[in-house]
Amino acid sequence: MQVRRLAAWTALPLAAALGLAACGGGDSGESNANGVVSVQIGEPQHLIPTNSNESSGNQVLSALFTPLVKFDAQNKPYEVAAESITSTDNKVWTIKLKDGFTFHNGEKVTADSYINAWNYGAYGPNGQGNSYFFEKIAGYDDMQAEDPDGDGPQRAPEPKAKTLSGLKKVDDLTFTVTLSKPYSEFKAVLGYNAFYPLPQAAFSAPGVLKEDFEQAPIGNGPFKMKGTWQHDAKIEVERYDAYPLDKPKISGAEFRIYQQLTAAYADVLSDNLDVIVTVPTENLSTAESDLGDRLQKSPNSSFQFIAFPTYQKEFSNPDVRKAVSMAIDRDEIVKSIFKDSQVSARSFVSPVVAGYRDNTCGEACEFDPAKAKALYQAAGGPAQLKITYNGDGGHKDWVDATCNQIKANLGIDCVGVAEPKFSDLLTKIKAKEPVGLIRMGWLMDYPSMENYLGPIYSTNGSSNYYGYSNPEFDQLVADGAAAATPEEAIKKYQQAEEILAKDMPVIPLRFGQNVFAHSTKVKNVEVDLFQVVDMTKIEAVS
Amino acid sequence: MFRYIVRRLLQMVLAFFGTTLIVYALMFAGQGDPIQALAGERPVSAAQRAYLTEKFHLDQHGVGGFFYRYADYVTNLLRGDLGESLTGRKIGDILAQAWPVTAKLALIGLLVAIIIGVTCGVVAGIRRGGVFDNATLVLTLLVLGVPTIVLAPLAQYLLGVKLSLFPPTAGADPSLYALLLPGIVLGCLSLATALRLTRTSVAENLRSDYVRTAKAKGLPTRRVVGVHVLRNSLIPVITFLGVELGNLMGGAIITEGVFNIPGVGFNLFRAIRTEDGPLVVGLVSVLVVVYLVSNLVVDVLYAVLDPRIRYE
Repeated sequence: MQVRRLAAWTALPLAAALGLAACGGGDSGESNANGVVSVQIGEPQHLIPTNSNESSGNQVLSALFTPLVKFDAQNKPYEVAAESITSTDNKVWTIKLKDGFTFHNGEKVTADSYINAWNYGAYGPNGQGNSYFFEKIAGYDDMQAEDPDGDGPQRAPEPKAKTLSGLKKVDDLTFTVTLSKPYSEFKAVLGYNAFYPLPQAAFSAPGVLKEDFEQAPIGNGPFKMKGTWQHDAKIEVERYDAYPLDKPKISGAEFRIYQQLTAAYADVLSDNLDVIVTVPTENLSTAESDLGDRLQKSPNSSFQFIAFPTYQKEFSNPDVRKAVSMAIDRDEIVKSIFKDSQVSARSFVSPVVAGYRDNTCGEACEFDPAKAKALYQAAGGPAQLKITYNGDGGHKDWVDATCNQIKANLGIDCVGVAEPKFSDLLTKIKAKEPVGLIRMGWLMDYPSMENYLGPIYSTNGSSNYYGYSNPEFDQLVADGAAAATPEEAIKKYQQAEEILAKDMPVIPLRFGQNVFAHSTKVKNVEVDLFQVVDMTKIEAVS
Repeated sequence: MFRYIVRRLLQMVLAFFGTTLIVYALMFAGQGDPIQALAGERPVSAAQRAYLTEKFHLDQHGVGGFFYRYADYVTNLLRGDLGESLTGRKIGDILAQAWPVTAKLALIGLLVAIIIGVTCGVVAGIRRGGVFDNATLVLTLLVLGVPTIVLAPLAQYLLGVKLSLFPPTAGADPSLYALLLPGIVLGCLSLATALRLTRTSVAENLRSDYVRTAKAKGLPTRRVVGVHVLRNSLIPVITFLGVELGNLMGGAIITEGVFNIPGVGFNLFRAIRTEDGPLVVGLVSVLVVVYLVSNLVVDVLYAVLDPRIRYE
C-alpha cells in the first residue's frame, strides 16, 4: 500500500511537530437511548450469513442477527438464541430454540428457519463462502457437485441431495443435527455467522434465495435494516422493538464504508465517526496522544507466523527451522515496528482459545543468537534465505527487520521478496516455486484449539499451503475432535501441539490485538475476538 | 463543422472498442487468481471456487479463452449489460453511482484551476517580473513539486482535523462544501500548470504586433487585455485543461481514497486490487469516452477562439 505509507511519512512528522494535545475522557456523560452511532467498515462482499466471511460483512450481520451461542469471558460458548444445545454422544446434537424470537418482518423464528438457511449454505452450486462450516454435518458430501473433468469447461452435474440428511426437525422449536462423526466442540462452531437462521421471506422458492435479499437482510437480531444497503456508502440499521432479549442502548447505527483506514481515523479525530475498529499502523505512534483513553486494545484471534515450504529440501531438517526461529528477536520487532499493538507469540495457537499454554514452543522461540548460529551451521542450513510476503498488507517493515536480524545473527544472507498480492504468493506456492520462507496469518472461525491445529498444520488443512504433514499429529487432532468432553479434547490437542514444537513447521511470531478507537460521543465500546464491535453494549453519550 | 463532428464521433466508436480490447487483454494477461484475490488471505471454499469459476468462465485460459471471454463481454456490452463484479454487483450500477461523484469532484477541480489559475496567470503575465509574478512562480513550483499523495493527507490533517474548516472526509453523498477541499487538492496541480501556461502566453502576446496596434488605436487597457490578449492566450490553456479534465477524473485515485469519496478512482483501485477484470474495463472505457469527448470539445473551442481555424 504505497499510497498509504507515503501519506504516513508526511503526516507523522507533521503531527509530531505540531505537538498534539491529548484529548482525554471517553466514558463520561449521560447515556442517550435515542442516539445513533457510526461504525467504520469496509464495503462488505456479501450480507448473506452463509456467504459473508470477512469482518465488515460480519459486523453488519452481527447487528441484524442473533447467534445460537455467544462466547463468555473465558471464550466458552453460552446459549443466546438457543434454549439448550445438548448431546449424549457428541454426534447427535439437539438444539432447542428460545421462544419469542421473531424476524424483523414479524415471522416467527422456528426450527425450519435454521434448517432452510443451513441447507442453502451447504448446497454446493450456491457457491457460498461459508459452505465448509457444514462439512461436519451428515449428508454434506451428497450436496456437492463433482466436476467431471477436474476443472474443465464441462458443466458439473447436479449434486445427489438438496438438503442435509443430518438435519431433522423435531417440533417448531427443536431440531437435531447429526454429524458425520462425533465432535465434542460443535457448540462452539455454532457461534459463527454461517449458522444464523433465515426467514421464509428470504426465499423465492424452496432452496432459492431471493436475488436482492442481501440488499436488505431480514434477521432475528436486535437491529433491523433501515432502507437498503447503500453500496460504497453506508448501511443503516435501527433498533428492533420486538427483540426478546436485552435491547440495545442506542436507537440505531450507521455502518459507514471506508476504503482507507486513514480516512476513517481522521473522521474519528474530528468526531465525524464514532468507532474505528482498526487504527491504521501509520497512526499508531501518534494515536495515544491524539486520543488518550479513547484508544483501546482488546485481544483478537489473529496469529502471524512464517512457514517453511516443506517441498524445498534445504528446510527439511527441523534444526534449520529451529535455528532461524532462535535468531529472531520477537520482542524487539513488536516494540519498534508494531508499537506494542501486537504481542510476541511463543505458542502455536492463540491465547484466546481454551487449552492455550504459554511458551509451548520452548527453547526454539527463545532469542539466542549464539546458539542459533551454532545450530544453523551444524545443521547445514542454506547460505541465503528469502522471506516472501504479500506487498499489499503492510508487511515490508517487519519482514525486512526480521531479515536483518537473521542476517546479523546467523551470518547468512536474507532478503524479503514482495509479491503484489497474497493470491500471487499462493499461485507460486502451488506451483512449488522456491519462494523461501512464507509469511502467513490466521484468524479463527470459532474459539477452539482445533481451529488452529486443523487448518494450519494438519495434512489436509485448508490453510496448510506449505505441505507440513505428520501422521502422528493428524491422528492426535482427529482424536481430540472425537473426544467425549472438551477437556479430553484439549488434552489431545496439547499433545499435538508438542509435536509442533519438535517439528517447527512454522515460526510463531505474533498474536494480534484489536487496536480500536472511538469518538467523544460514544462509550462502552467493545470489540470481540472476531474484530466485531458489540452493538448491544455500545452507548451514545449526549 | 457538422461533418467534422460526426466524423469524430464515428472515430470514437472505433477507439472505444479498441481500448476495451486492449484493457481487457491487459487484465486477462495480468490475471493471477481473482477468486483468491477476492478472498484475501482466507482459504476459498471449494463450492465458492466452483461457482465463481463457472459464472465468470475463469476456466477459459489461453488465446482461445481470451477471445471467448472477450466476445462474451462485448456481446453483453452491446445488449447494454456491463456484467457483474466478482461480488455480484451490477457493474452498470457501480458506474452509475461512481461517475456523478467523480464528475462533480473533477469539475470543482477544474473550476478551481480555471478561476484561480487563469486569473493569477493573467495578472502575473501583465506584471511580468513583479512581486506577484515571482511569488506565484515560487508557489506554483512548490505545488508542482509536492505530489497529491502528500498534499491530500496534509490538507486533510491541517484544514480538516486541526482547524476544522472543512469536513475531513466527504463520504458517499457529499455536499458541495464537503467536496470543496478534495476538489481544491485535486485541482492544485492543474491550477499551477494553468497559471504558468497563462502567464507565459499572456506575457508573450502582450509584446505582439496586434497589441501594439490596439494600444496605438487608443483602446483602453482593459479591452486590450480582456479581449485581444486573453482570447489568443487561452488556446494553449484550453488544450491543457481539456486533457486535464480526463486526468482529473481518472487521476483521482489518491484524492478519492484520502477523502473517502466512492467515485471512479476509488472503485478502480479496488477493482485492480481484486483483479476484477470486467469492472476495470467498464471504468476505463467510460474514462476513454470522457477523454475523447473532452478532446473534441477542445478542438471545437479552437475554432471559436481563433476564427482562422476552420474544420471541414
